[in-house]
Amino acid sequence: MTDPFGAQQIGLKKRHAAERRFIWGGRLAITSALGFLLAMTITIGWFAVGALTQTDIRLPVNLGPEAIDPQYLRGADYGKIVKDALKAEFPEVTKRGERRKLYGLLSPDAGFELQLKVTSDPALLGSTHEIWFLASDEIDQLIKGKVDVSLDESQRRITDQELGWVDHLEAQGNLRRTFNARFFTSGDSREPELAGILGALVGSALSLTVCFLICFPVGVFAAIYLEEFAKKNRISEIIEVNINNLAAVPSIVFGLLGLAILLNVFGLPRSSPLVGGMVLALMTLPAIIIAARAALGAVPPSVREAALGLGASRIETTFHHVVPLAMPGMLTGAIVGMARALGETAPLLMIGMVAFIVDVPNSIVKPATALPVQIFLWADSPERAFLEKTSAAIIVLLLFLVLMNLAAIILRRKYERRF
Amino acid sequence: MLMQVDASDSPDIMSAVGAHMPPAISARGVNVYYGTKQALNDIAIDFERNQVTSLIGPSGCGKTTFLRCLNRMNDLIEGCRVEGVINIEGQNIYAPAVDVVALRAHVGMVFQKPNPFPKSIFDNVAYGPRIHGIASARDELMEIVERSLRRASLWDEVHDRLDQPGTGLSGGQQQRLCIARAIAIEPEVILMDEPCSALDPIATAKIEELIDELREQFTIIIVTHSMQQAARVSQKTAFFHLGELVEQGATEQIFTSPQDTRTENYITGRIG
Repeated sequence: MTDPFGAQQIGLKKRHAAERRFIWGGRLAITSALGFLLAMTITIGWFAVGALTQTDIRLPVNLGPEAIDPQYLRGADYGKIVKDALKAEFPEVTKRGERRKLYGLLSPDAGFELQLKVTSDPALLGSTHEIWFLASDEIDQLIKGKVDVSLDESQRRITDQELGWVDHLEAQGNLRRTFNARFFTSGDSREPELAGILGALVGSALSLTVCFLICFPVGVFAAIYLEEFAKKNRISEIIEVNINNLAAVPSIVFGLLGLAILLNVFGLPRSSPLVGGMVLALMTLPAIIIAARAALGAVPPSVREAALGLGASRIETTFHHVVPLAMPGMLTGAIVGMARALGETAPLLMIGMVAFIVDVPNSIVKPATALPVQIFLWADSPERAFLEKTSAAIIVLLLFLVLMNLAAIILRRKYERRF
Repeated sequence: MLMQVDASDSPDIMSAVGAHMPPAISARGVNVYYGTKQALNDIAIDFERNQVTSLIGPSGCGKTTFLRCLNRMNDLIEGCRVEGVINIEGQNIYAPAVDVVALRAHVGMVFQKPNPFPKSIFDNVAYGPRIHGIASARDELMEIVERSLRRASLWDEVHDRLDQPGTGLSGGQQQRLCIARAIAIEPEVILMDEPCSALDPIATAKIEELIDELREQFTIIIVTHSMQQAARVSQKTAFFHLGELVEQGATEQIFTSPQDTRTENYITGRIG
């Protein structure tokens, strides 16, 4: 017994080693999880940055009376005006096929854009003006360096001739990259350069609002009834088991239910956030009931006894004391459930929210799509330029989620009471 | 959502307050079962007005169960069944016509662990008067709050921070706040379930002093594990053992010349 506190005494070496192994294992697990998360975010973010800018081409366009009749602005062929401007810029292009390629430098929307400009600012009429037009997605990708020009011409979609035109425009300063505000202010489009996220964002927000308005009150009241008022007997046991089972039902089943009942029996508007929200509410309800019951169960019984002992009725006890204390937990549960609903695609596919919808929805009965569905649609599109749109849409979805979770944390902090 | 309970609507608990003062509470043939297990066996006891009665006995003897019968808090426990008659002011509180809400407005309770609401000190005391419609205007409530806090000898310590949470007070202050909350609705009876078991000796002394003062207005029944406390605060003592009421009588008599050997063994520390 030379060293009574030495490590060899009671197998301490082995016991400490087990602890160290566990700690290092844990650190490894967390590091790798964070690594994957970071890699994913960076990759997506890297692609998404591209969607923040667009390419514009400047052309002198003739807005003289021979092109546009000032008395009848709607009658003019704006597409032709833009094409003429392109022809004037590159007079050497004469062949039909080449001409079509030349017109392809600009977005097909260029004529419409010009019309909007002229209508909103008639002072432009009467003379030639230099106007910036949105470039097509292929040119945009080229400018962003997403096209490998070292490949043989036959291996890429952009010909040497087009490269020459772009070089010409660039040399004259008629090419620029600007912030892509359109991405945040418009709905979907078949043309990547025209596609925006707003339609899907509004669709998601409307659906979630409907979902919250339905499932929060219903879920909370169901939880209060089950936890505070219902007698514990066979029936309440069966209900409890079934709620837990419902929470595990695959979401597409709820989508089918929505299709069969809400659309086909009740004839609610197809593809609408109203139906989407109702389906998501069905899906979220069990989760909210479970979370709310847990929150109610966590309120110490001493609070109930205090109120009942003072002669408060059960409903007074519940609503004056128990529910306010459980509110942070219930809200957190609800927001976590909503966050899950936000990322849900399958049930929305069933009720037609997968349609190609250009307009930004302005009510809950208008056709709409949702963020995850929009991501799915864009990821499915062949145009290369949709890659960056998809990534940007993912980032928008993630930001939406972060905001919701932040709201949950703030609400919890605000209403949390110590007892 | 808010159900106002008007004391005047309740069954006539009050009406029996007569000229020649029968006991405030009289229990006869009380049996309590938790499921199939019998917790109390044929209890018969009277509680006098304006006296403090201690219920003593070893853990699990049923004294808290009996206390909770007196304001029907046992109704909350699933599978709990009470038989027998408990008359408070001449009214059997287990009669079908009795509303437990009205009953509890007349029989207040202070719990083992201080349990103020996580609200302000003012709201803690004002809650009872508010729900029972005793007062609603702020100045009326203020009057009641001040009076109750003074009677609970807490006013001087908290009068300048009535808007602070009641949960921020010390343990002893919290328990006095709970007493103030209970007396704010002017009950006839106050039940105390080991009110000092979570408190230090100084806080305990304060509460005991307070109990002695409150006796002038209320009938007090206190469950305690401390025989010294029973001896200090109560005029009558009842000894419970294994679900039976073994002995009851004047506190002095119980502690100096117990009739039953079980009582003697308990107070001398041989069982318990």
